[in-house]
Amino acid sequence: MDANFKPRDARQVEEAVKWAAGEDQPLEIIGQGSKRALGRPVQAARFLDLSDLSGVENYEPAELILTVKAGTPIAEVEKLVEDNGQELSFEPMDYGPLFGESSGRGTIGGVLAANLSGPRRIKAGAARDHVLGMEAVSGRGEIFNSGGKVVKNVTGYDLPRALCGSYGTLAVTTTVTVKVNPRPESSATFMLSGLSEDDGIKALCAAMGSSAEVSGAAHLPAGVNGGTSNTVLRLEGFAASVDYRFNTLQSLLRDFGSATRLDEDGSKVLWRSIRDVEPFAGSDAPVWRVSVAPTAGPQLLRILQNRMSAQAYFDWSGGLVWLSSADGEIHDADIRAAVGEVGGGHATLVRAGPSVRSNAAVFQPQPGPLAALSRRLKEQFDPKGILNPGRMVSGV
Amino acid sequence: MPAPDKDVIARRQEILRALQAIVPGEGVIHDEREMRAYETDALTAYRQLPLIVVLPQTVDQVSRVLKYCYDNNVKVVPRGAGTSLSGGALPLADGVLLSMMKFNQVLDVDFANRAAVVQPGVTNLGITRAVEHEGFYYAPDPSSQIACSIGGNIAENSGGVHCLKYGLTTNNVLGLEMVLINGEVVRLGGKHLDSEGYDLLALMTGSEGLLGVVTEVTVRILQKPETARALLIGFPTSEDGGRCVADIIGAGIIPGGMEMMDKLAIHAAEDFVHAGYPRDVEALLIVELDGPEGEVDLLIGRVEEIARTNQASHLRVSESEEERMTFWAGRKAAFPAVGRISPDYLCMDGTIPRRELPRVLARMRELSVKHGLAVANVFHAGDGNLHPLILYDANKPGELDAAEAFGADILKLCVEVGGVLTGEHGVGIEKRDLMSEMFTEEDLKQQQRVKCAFDEKHLLNPGKVFPVLNSCAELGKMHVHKGKLPFPDIPRF
Ligand SMILES: Cc1cc2nc3c(=O)[nH]c(=O)nc-3n(C[C@H](O)[C@H](O)[C@H](O)COP(=O)(O)OP(=O)(O)OC[C@H]3O[C@@H](n4cnc5c(N)ncnc54)[C@H](O)[C@@H]3O)c2cc1C
Repeated sequence: MDANFKPRDARQVEEAVKWAAGEDQPLEIIGQGSKRALGRPVQAARFLDLSDLSGVENYEPAELILTVKAGTPIAEVEKLVEDNGQELSFEPMDYGPLFGESSGRGTIGGVLAANLSGPRRIKAGAARDHVLGMEAVSGRGEIFNSGGKVVKNVTGYDLPRALCGSYGTLAVTTTVTVKVNPRPESSATFMLSGLSEDDGIKALCAAMGSSAEVSGAAHLPAGVNGGTSNTVLRLEGFAASVDYRFNTLQSLLRDFGSATRLDEDGSKVLWRSIRDVEPFAGSDAPVWRVSVAPTAGPQLLRILQNRMSAQAYFDWSGGLVWLSSADGEIHDADIRAAVGEVGGGHATLVRAGPSVRSNAAVFQPQPGPLAALSRRLKEQFDPKGILNPGRMVSGV
Repeated sequence: MPAPDKDVIARRQEILRALQAIVPGEGVIHDEREMRAYETDALTAYRQLPLIVVLPQTVDQVSRVLKYCYDNNVKVVPRGAGTSLSGGALPLADGVLLSMMKFNQVLDVDFANRAAVVQPGVTNLGITRAVEHEGFYYAPDPSSQIACSIGGNIAENSGGVHCLKYGLTTNNVLGLEMVLINGEVVRLGGKHLDSEGYDLLALMTGSEGLLGVVTEVTVRILQKPETARALLIGFPTSEDGGRCVADIIGAGIIPGGMEMMDKLAIHAAEDFVHAGYPRDVEALLIVELDGPEGEVDLLIGRVEEIARTNQASHLRVSESEEERMTFWAGRKAAFPAVGRISPDYLCMDGTIPRRELPRVLARMRELSVKHGLAVANVFHAGDGNLHPLILYDANKPGELDAAEAFGADILKLCVEVGGVLTGEHGVGIEKRDLMSEMFTEEDLKQQQRVKCAFDEKHLLNPGKVFPVLNSCAELGKMHVHKGKLPFPDIPRF
């Protein structure tokens, strides 16, 4: 039966989901599918394609607010705000390079459903921190609004944030309202070379704990980065302020060596490659994204290097570890054990073939009571399990 | 409020004994005189003695108290410091009041990871106190920060002057431990960023004590900005002030704080603290710039320029820390200052799109005439969060009712112009019946489904936030339309 839906408005999404719920027909929700290789493969025979649900509903730069339909290409959204001297401060990463696909694809709905944030996460917050309101259709086929269209709001539960990172398993988002911010006038990168992992992360944490307002803090070990390691800190803002803070970092980190400065263009290229995991692009080796406390990053890598052949680099001041397994095995048990040993966090398998992702726990498994609570939430919003079944957890 | 359950009240002795077996000694309060201290929060127009007050000291005790209440269908109202302005911690005659104020320890300060782990009864300011010797602070700063607990801040998603630049509670909490109504202990997040699975931390923040009891909190701490300076700017009209705020943000400047007061508030504050505020202006704006010294000096100049182009009739820049504090003294004392000129006042809290400010202020003046009561305005201008203070005298018959009607009209106006019912004080019982102004029945149903996932028996803080308590069994039913398929009008491929 010809039944892949391509709705043009929220009412049509509602009708399609209602039908699917009535017929027990699971749906795979697709923006542009640029992140279909992320998460577990969905156990559904039909698509709900949101790419026609596109366009700006309301953009008020002076109010720092943008309302768009969920299927709007993220590239279009970024261009629009850039043209108005603004930005999405969470700096969504682009999975294209890592998955061997083209860059710049994906929709704003997909970005939020996967809660994609880049290096600026440590200063500006995650994608979820920039979401103010949503219109969505639950797995019951009920259309609803939550949140609002102003920057400060505590009316009712914060469903818009909770829908972020839920990979379309609770509701299909049809319209989103996000907060935009002024784009910094200037940026530069402060770079130290040749530091060990421990010293590199120490330098990053010292800078993050200073008043220099760092908006990117990464350490690229020698093996990943060519011959020598680089420890990099990004500064953004008014040009005079960037210069001033560069000097602050220089005196603060004097003991770690002398720094070089990457100006605007070089800095942009560098942070894009850190954001999009370019060091691990162009291969099929399994890649993990691990979030731990910043100081635990190097410790995690040390533990793992005794158990597998791992390559890694660190973003988020050491707390985001991008890890690649050289022997082609995913080593999920080793990695999750190591996360526990260094004080907790979560590990997500982001690159692996579909059959591997079907059989592994792609997302961090949860303790019993938390898993049960998450399942109850899923059952409330999608009692028939028709939205992206299996995408996050097998059988859910 | 839901009618008290007579059966539960009849079982009071039995419930008391059971709770005393879990929390020994003075941890259970049942004497009417002692319970009086808990009968209201900062929304003092409403009072209710609780069935019993319990002050647990350990997570295990919290877990056992909740499990007992769950098994025996006893309602529970969590309470922090009791500073809620929306009646969030108002007790129930047939419910246990669970005070978390014995959870008052700072457990771990981790400067390298910029995190502090604290118990929920630690005050907001207490966190800053624990980290300031290294130059750190906790950014969200409700005016009540000296008293309110971080547990209450999470439940209310509290904010303050700093939130325009540094975010609300929800943007500054990394993790928490909570106990569910069935006694299960769950941990969310930690010193790492973002969540594994659904973002339940987002749902807990601002959940007003309806989803779980917070027993431990991990917050992000920041290094204090190098410097802060403030500008005091007066305008002949509120329109000029509003335009100045928009132009500052339009210039790419996000101040550390941006607060506005109207004439009545300016005069009340000036009479009270003598901050040197001009009396011949309609709107007074305080703009604080914080950050690296080099940047602050640069931006002070830019804001001065913007103020001049917006007809500022009064402009002063703080030249010392002392002067900066003086600028703020009046704003910080605005509520008590208004308290001096009126026997009682009602503090409202709604958010509007900033561009609507002049229109909303004008409508408020009309409403003031209609209800026969004066209103003073103090607000977080940067984010459009209004705090109209409605002046009334509780001893004059009918004035409280008139004040409440006026307040409701203001909040409806906020929603009408595209804003929301509450920016930071929560819905509680105060705005509960206005929820349908902002949300449809279907919208509210989805919110209640969250409640059902956490607390299907509606035992945690019932009667708050939602105007109608739908049973979870009713909400769980699905009315599915067996499709004929194919909705000819939906494009397919
Ligand atoms: C003078 C004054 C000024 C204020 N200024 C501001 C302001 O600028 N910004 C602002 O946002 N608010 C402000 N408030 C409101 C109030 O201080 C905040 O809402 C605060 O967060 C409440 O904290 P509390 O500890 O007093 O909580 P309580 O009043 O005791 O409780 C509030 C809610 O939190 C729940 N709760 C408390 N502890 C827990 C816990 N451990 N687990 C689960 N639920 C819990 C309660 O059930 C209740 O629903 C102000 C209040 C006053 C009196």
